[in-house]
Amino acid sequence: MLSRTADNLYWVARYVERADYLARILEVTLRLTALPLAYVGSTNEWESAVATAGCSRSFHAHYPEAGEDSVKEFLAFSPDNPCSIRNCIELARTNARAVRTALTSEMWDVINGAWLDLKRFNNAPGSREEFMHFLRWVQETSLRFDGSASRTMLRTDAYWFFRLGLNMERADNTARILDTKYHLLLPEDTHVGGPLDYYQWAAILRSVSALTSYHWVYRESLKPWLIADLLILNPKMPRSLASCYENLVRYCDALAEAYGRQGTSQRKARGIRTRLSNLRMEEIFQSGLHEFISEFISDNNELGGAISRQYLM
Amino acid sequence: MADCFDEMRGVDGAIRPAYAGLDAWLRDLSPDLLDQRCQEAELLFRRIGITFAVYGEAESTERLIPFDVIPRILSSAEWSLLQRGLTQRVKAINMYLKDIYGRREILKAGIIPEDLVFQNQVFRPEMNAQKVPHDVYVHIAGIDIVRVDHKTFYVLEDNARTPSGVSYMLENREIMMRLFPDLFSRYRVAPVENYPDELLATLKSVAPETAAADPTVVLLSPGIYNSAYFEHSFLADKLGIELVEGRDLLVKGGVVYMRTTEGPKRVDVIYRRVDDDFLDPLAFRPDSTLGVPGLMSAYQAGQVTLANAVGTGIADDKAIYSYMPDIVKFYLAEEPILQNVPTWRCREPEHLTYVLEHLAELVVKEVHGSGGYGMLIGPMADKGKLAAFRTRIEADPKNYIAQPTLALSTCPTWVERGVAPRHIDLRPFVLTGRDTVRIVPGGLTRVALQRGSLVVNSSQGGGTKDTWVLDT
Repeated sequence: MLSRTADNLYWVARYVERADYLARILEVTLRLTALPLAYVGSTNEWESAVATAGCSRSFHAHYPEAGEDSVKEFLAFSPDNPCSIRNCIELARTNARAVRTALTSEMWDVINGAWLDLKRFNNAPGSREEFMHFLRWVQETSLRFDGSASRTMLRTDAYWFFRLGLNMERADNTARILDTKYHLLLPEDTHVGGPLDYYQWAAILRSVSALTSYHWVYRESLKPWLIADLLILNPKMPRSLASCYENLVRYCDALAEAYGRQGTSQRKARGIRTRLSNLRMEEIFQSGLHEFISEFISDNNELGGAISRQYLM
Repeated sequence: MADCFDEMRGVDGAIRPAYAGLDAWLRDLSPDLLDQRCQEAELLFRRIGITFAVYGEAESTERLIPFDVIPRILSSAEWSLLQRGLTQRVKAINMYLKDIYGRREILKAGIIPEDLVFQNQVFRPEMNAQKVPHDVYVHIAGIDIVRVDHKTFYVLEDNARTPSGVSYMLENREIMMRLFPDLFSRYRVAPVENYPDELLATLKSVAPETAAADPTVVLLSPGIYNSAYFEHSFLADKLGIELVEGRDLLVKGGVVYMRTTEGPKRVDVIYRRVDDDFLDPLAFRPDSTLGVPGLMSAYQAGQVTLANAVGTGIADDKAIYSYMPDIVKFYLAEEPILQNVPTWRCREPEHLTYVLEHLAELVVKEVHGSGGYGMLIGPMADKGKLAAFRTRIEADPKNYIAQPTLALSTCPTWVERGVAPRHIDLRPFVLTGRDTVRIVPGGLTRVALQRGSLVVNSSQGGGTKDTWVLDT
């Protein structure tokens, strides 16, 4: 397969996943800011949304301060934000168009249809209700895209590159939430868990669509270390770092087997997964949650670089 | 428009036999249903993403070519004439190119003036004495045909470089079969769906001798911003070959490779949809980012086949066009089956005088223009425009040719809730391989959707129709 085709497939998946993630962040933020101040404290949730989306710097190049209007505009529609939802959908569609032949017609239909539908929203947040409708639409698009990939793509290298992109993006997103919110998840004795944090914790879980899963897995009320466990180490949770790495290893191995050659990507992915499966939450807290996350993000980026050098250039 | 030949009604209004079934079907059909089918067709085209880009329109970088649901029908006798004429013409073109880049007999015989060839910017000295596999230069030709009466078809243009439009021929048929199964039950229409197979067989047949038994063929596209990108990806998909861009190819040790996830892979035949100028920055335009450095030297060394060959512009150039009947006679010693449109060459003084005197009746074209740009349609132009064009012609006569304003045939077309005649042309695609010429029965019919308009180019508001060749 052409390296450029593999690269495009990888990025189509990343962009759609990122659009989905941004939509969830915005939805959660809207929820939190709708609560009375007494429940969430006086932190600026919009600022936090920008940080979780990973675009604080570019945001502040355009706006002095984060508020509802500016953040909604910037994260959802701004042409100046390379990672706005609108740009993600456009970029996904551009990448898809460049590899029309490697995508199934069902997948093309979803992404091209989304790109055509995007105009309906006039590139402006509109009322809260309209905006919520938009966010739902983004999530549905990503579900349909993902679903048509699962249902229609041949299990060949094209599929594996596509899935590598999705899982790389997912791991990065989950890590970014942890990086912004880690202080809320520190163990009990260093932090008092009051109603204030309860809504923040629920928000974290919602942003990885895992609030219901949490209750099924732990059968407990929300506890910060269990939330951290769910997001980092629990392989049952599809957006946990552990689960993403299960998949990354699986697809890297599939490529290595098909091509008859192992490389840095395979070694790197396996190294990170081994680390995740041998760690326990207590150890992570002991050596510092924040340090762990920072290190993970840099490892994850290194894997991205390795995949790119090995296959995509 | 009254004295135009209509494909369905001729000149006297009587329904021609090939159209009888269509006429009956149209009369049975409610306008609402047809309207609804048109909308369905548009939706289908948009969803599959059949679009083309219009240069210079920032607003809509992707637009649909309007599709007309009423087919254009050719009887098998008409088609057989076209087929023989096209085969003859393309054979002559290939022989002419071999001669021009070889012994130049036709120049020595004084049939074509030398300066028209050597001072022509589409002439490629790099191709002098260059051997191409099996002497095929134009593997894919899109010959534009217009009709003026029941028996006369003229060749309007020989597109011998990178002709496009074949994807519409294929998709139009698919969509018609989906929307109007009923209509197809009234006719036996020759299929066109084997075109991709014929194309692939043609391309493989001209692989270099150094290629493996099953040569690797790729389609080289300028990329997603090219107006015909949809067609490039469509064809690559149908042929089952990689769609590459310049940056996907590299030349090492005189051999062309593509960059794959498993390392470099050798390429034998390149169906290129990139113009000569942009193919190789080392040989042609140094600022080209669409090309592959070193491609031309690999080509010259016979390590890779380019389809079409480099330098075929010297066959379809408008300055050369008027010599085509002589070219056919010179190489094949046959009378041309398909005629040219009568053409005045402004480079010749007596022709120039005639053209300037009759400007208001003529169509004047720039020798190097394409896509309907830089063209004067005399009868449609006002005084100011005529005067401006006159000045341009006088300043540089050899840059222009002129033709009579043809009464292009019309075909019934669905326009704003009614059927009305609109002018059409036809572009069949002629494939030339190692030892055969293949033409699938059909082609792209373009239609000028504006009442009375003669401009069928998609870049200027033309549409397309499905083209049926009847089997009996």
